[in-house]
Amino acid sequence: MLTTEVRDIISASKERGWVLEPEAKRLCSLTGLTVPRFTWATGVDEAVQFAGKIGYPVVAKVISPQVLHKSDVGGVVVDIDSDEKLREAFHRFSHITGFAGMLVEEMVSGIELIAGAKIDYQFGPVILLGVGGTGVEIYRDVTMRMAPLKPEDATSMVRALKAHQLLEGYRGSEPISMSELTRTMVAFSDLVMDLEELIESIDLNPIMCSSNKCVVADARIMLATEKVQHAAGIPG
Amino acid sequence: MNLKPLFEPKTIAVIGVSLTNNLHPANVIYSKNYLRYPVTVFPVNPRGGTLQGERVFVNISEIPERVDLAVIAARADYVPGILSDCIQAGAGGAVVVSGGFAESGRQDLQDQIVAIAREAGFPFVGPNCLGIYSPAHMDTFFLPSERMVRPDPGNVALVSQSGGILVDQMIKFAEEGVGLSRAVSIGNKALINELDFLNYFAQDTETKVIAFYVEGFGKRQGRDFVLAASLCPKPVVILKAGKSPGGSRAVSSHTASMAGDYETFSTIISQHAVVEAKNEFELVSFCESLSCYQQPIEGKIGIVTGSGGHGALAVDVCSAHGLSVPTLSEHAQTEIRKNLSSSVQAIASVANPIDLTGSAIDNDFVFATSYLSRRKEIDCIVVLLLPYLPGITSDLGARLSQVYQQEHTPLIAYVPHVEKYGMLVEGFELSRIPVSPSIEGAVLMAEALRRNKPC
Repeated sequence: MLTTEVRDIISASKERGWVLEPEAKRLCSLTGLTVPRFTWATGVDEAVQFAGKIGYPVVAKVISPQVLHKSDVGGVVVDIDSDEKLREAFHRFSHITGFAGMLVEEMVSGIELIAGAKIDYQFGPVILLGVGGTGVEIYRDVTMRMAPLKPEDATSMVRALKAHQLLEGYRGSEPISMSELTRTMVAFSDLVMDLEELIESIDLNPIMCSSNKCVVADARIMLATEKVQHAAGIPG
Repeated sequence: MNLKPLFEPKTIAVIGVSLTNNLHPANVIYSKNYLRYPVTVFPVNPRGGTLQGERVFVNISEIPERVDLAVIAARADYVPGILSDCIQAGAGGAVVVSGGFAESGRQDLQDQIVAIAREAGFPFVGPNCLGIYSPAHMDTFFLPSERMVRPDPGNVALVSQSGGILVDQMIKFAEEGVGLSRAVSIGNKALINELDFLNYFAQDTETKVIAFYVEGFGKRQGRDFVLAASLCPKPVVILKAGKSPGGSRAVSSHTASMAGDYETFSTIISQHAVVEAKNEFELVSFCESLSCYQQPIEGKIGIVTGSGGHGALAVDVCSAHGLSVPTLSEHAQTEIRKNLSSSVQAIASVANPIDLTGSAIDNDFVFATSYLSRRKEIDCIVVLLLPYLPGITSDLGARLSQVYQQEHTPLIAYVPHVEKYGMLVEGFELSRIPVSPSIEGAVLMAEALRRNKPC
């Protein structure tokens, strides 16, 4: 069931057609997905203060209702290790079209996966799992299942990937936590079933998976068109 | 809704016959059923009169017998009224051949006939379709009988969104000796769609394989279809048209871009044990092998050949499709060699593929095939027969079929299909052993058996 908070996030993003990253992350965390500690800083001091609290290194990303693809406009800086570099990033971002603040968050590491959802015309909600990162569409190592997912689906999806050996521990590297990935995928699938009428597609990319956790490092939620939402009873 | 009257009617009304134009679709349908099928046919036209010396009824309600099936080939605007008349007259169901509905912008008219039928629980196929081909019962195709190629009666039911593709596939089924139980062109599938026919044929005793040509499922209908297909005890095969991404619709998420319509279709149906045929050739091959063997295999292939090259090509196709060709143990190899005829004993390769060489005789093929049939590491045998080898006789097809009858390990044969080798081919096919005219096709037939389970 959708909580009021989740509905509010969707309603507030309706006109834009997609959900700003910090809001998408808040939505994820409301539904039980793990996200990095983050803040939406509208002023540079606020950003520095938060970084001081969680400790460097941090990631900074531009927040702008006009920028869907942040990397394409130089709106992402990783591995920031000082106040100075963080201030510099803030200053640069402030010149990006539609600048509405900066997202500051902890750096997380692990193997990059993508979990996606799409409302397919013929099959309804469909969940995708694959090798993530910026190269997803180059490798195209993905698999799909109809939602809702059962826990065993997560295991069979991992096995269907070409990269499954990498996830299961390859040449001495630690395997990712299958129980965390399963929990993440099932929670995501439940969210998608709840949001079915409201969304068009979702990318959780990357999800950083390590031996003890899977953290949603970025989330893109594309909303369904006005007409479909109206039918689902979301007020305008 | 009871679909049986659509397939096995005793009485048919053909509504919309022309009194002046004998090439009118309704007239063709009337004539072929009147002349060639064991049914009673009544022509209907509001103007009355006579057709080929028979009374033309002005309305279905005037027909003195209960009509099992009404075939409607009148102008689209008249169809809602005609459907109501059919329901009123207690007809069992209808085929709406007429076009002029959703496909030409008249969604309203289509919605109207669906509403009329749904309220009365009255089944109709179409509109905008050829309808039903039910061997030995009747057919509603508006194609003159002498122009149609009819496959032998068999156990494959074929359901197609396109009438043209259906008629064409019937030619190919006939060419390859694959028998049909029913064929249905569903057109706009306004009321009865793929799922309804899947459910009907799952119960139909004459049908063992259910094959579909699909352009696209309706909204969310793919979901219902695969869920039903995964519970269906009979193999389900689909050929999908429209595999390339449509248009240049801007895609703003990676998921929407990678989970394209076709990728999703292909992945989801295979997870639900639906066998996807990638092209027409695969459709015919898959239907042929699944009509013989409905049990899935794991895909451990034994290959028996009279030529090393044929064996090597077959291994290539196997590995491209994820089928394994397990090497036999030393012990098994020794046993095989020991039992081969003296002319090939020293020169045959027996590791799998078993290459009996060009000096092989019938007995060598029979022994190798029955030996492999009993091995646990093999679950399907592909025999590559070269009928021009001097030691091979045309009895071999029938003899190898007997091996299958005794051992029950699925057997698939490759024989070049030219008239000269017809007897060899028939020896297999009369015993329901699938035969392919190409090496690749034979391996694909094995592949169909492997895919007939969730993967």
